Amino acid sequence: MPHSLTANGFMGLDSALPPWTSVRKIVQAEATTASASESPDQRRARLMAAAQSGDRRAYERVLADSILLIRVAARRQGVAADRLDDVVQETLITVNRVRHTYDPSRSYDAWLTAIANRRAIDALRSRGRRDSRELHDDFAFDNHADLADASAATEQLQRAQRLRAAIAELPPGQREAVEQMGLHERSLSEAAELTGRNTGALKVNLHRALKALRERFNGEP
Amino acid sequence: MRRLPPPSVRTVGWLLVVAAFAVVLLMHYGITGMQQRFVGTPDLAWAGVGAVLTAVSAAWAAFALSVPGRRAAWAWLPLPGALLWIGASGLGCLRQTVLQVTAPGTAVSTAHQSVDCLVFIIAFSIPLSVLMVFLLRRAYPLRPVLTAVLVGLASAAASASLLEICHAYDAAATDLLTHAAAVALVVAVNAAMGGRLLSKA
Repeated sequence: MPHSLTANGFMGLDSALPPWTSVRKIVQAEATTASASESPDQRRARLMAAAQSGDRRAYERVLADSILLIRVAARRQGVAADRLDDVVQETLITVNRVRHTYDPSRSYDAWLTAIANRRAIDALRSRGRRDSRELHDDFAFDNHADLADASAATEQLQRAQRLRAAIAELPPGQREAVEQMGLHERSLSEAAELTGRNTGALKVNLHRALKALRERFNGEP
Repeated sequence: MRRLPPPSVRTVGWLLVVAAFAVVLLMHYGITGMQQRFVGTPDLAWAGVGAVLTAVSAAWAAFALSVPGRRAAWAWLPLPGALLWIGASGLGCLRQTVLQVTAPGTAVSTAHQSVDCLVFIIAFSIPLSVLMVFLLRRAYPLRPVLTAVLVGLASAAASASLLEICHAYDAAATDLLTHAAAVALVVAVNAAMGGRLLSKA
């Protein structure tokens, strides 16, 4: 997707340019037919000089041939792989705008690399600015994952406090039944033994206590 | 598409405007006063040569740096001229202060008169800087602030060179300080404003 954006972004400027895929084929054909004595830099310089004179095919070839150089320059500047296409696009737009500044007696690669370096640094800076404003998901998760747990723990604590307060407000018999059998998890007979009440009274008291608590918290009768 | 002329050609173009200013000033003030000063006290002549060399080399460096792919080391080109300019001016100051030899047809300026030099340098630097920034904007300076510093240096040095035509004050400390302040001001304003004017998104 980013690659098609690259092509389209540039196509907007110069609609006569074919998609890069077809240009690549032309360049490969050109590379195989280039004379052995000519270095790639010299070939690009010759093509760019022709482009400055209005040779559209030469311009298409030299631009397509520049993409790899731009990517290498951007990589060297430390641009991440997923941002390389953006730098290629920005550099090609700049090249199109300032192509009159190229001096054919000098290295095309040096000229292009200087522009690509600048655009790469721009990309790194804009990335830096964005990173200082925004949080990445994984970063947020690593640093703030406990936030939800902390609020849940507080809620649970508050619920327990409310329950304890409600139990404290129960009549003494019911409170005793809940404490012994509900909170301390004692059996009916153990509770009867500890409180000195008979099991039937404890059962009734526990039943009434639970009903009262349920009414209080859930609004059920 | 019109190809950008090489830095040397663009430098000559800018220097022609400076030369036009010089011709107008020479027609107005004549050449004899300057000749007398330069023959009587060669250090003033050397300082003038240094200022001219600084103007030419700084302009050339600025035009060279405005083309992508040129090395940043171009920024050092004005250094020899600047050293000659500063060194000869310093020698002139020593001659005037220690040996008490004043250049023919000159006086030691008062603080008030020194302000005239300041105004002269700044007044000529403004059109020269504006012209150079305009010329550089057709190119693509990848180091806008460094280029703007060189624009300021070239303009200030050219203005100081023009000032030599009608400069009836000797190289005393007050005068030199005023010149230095004017050059520093022009360079600083160019660096602050020119950098923004020259940087293209």
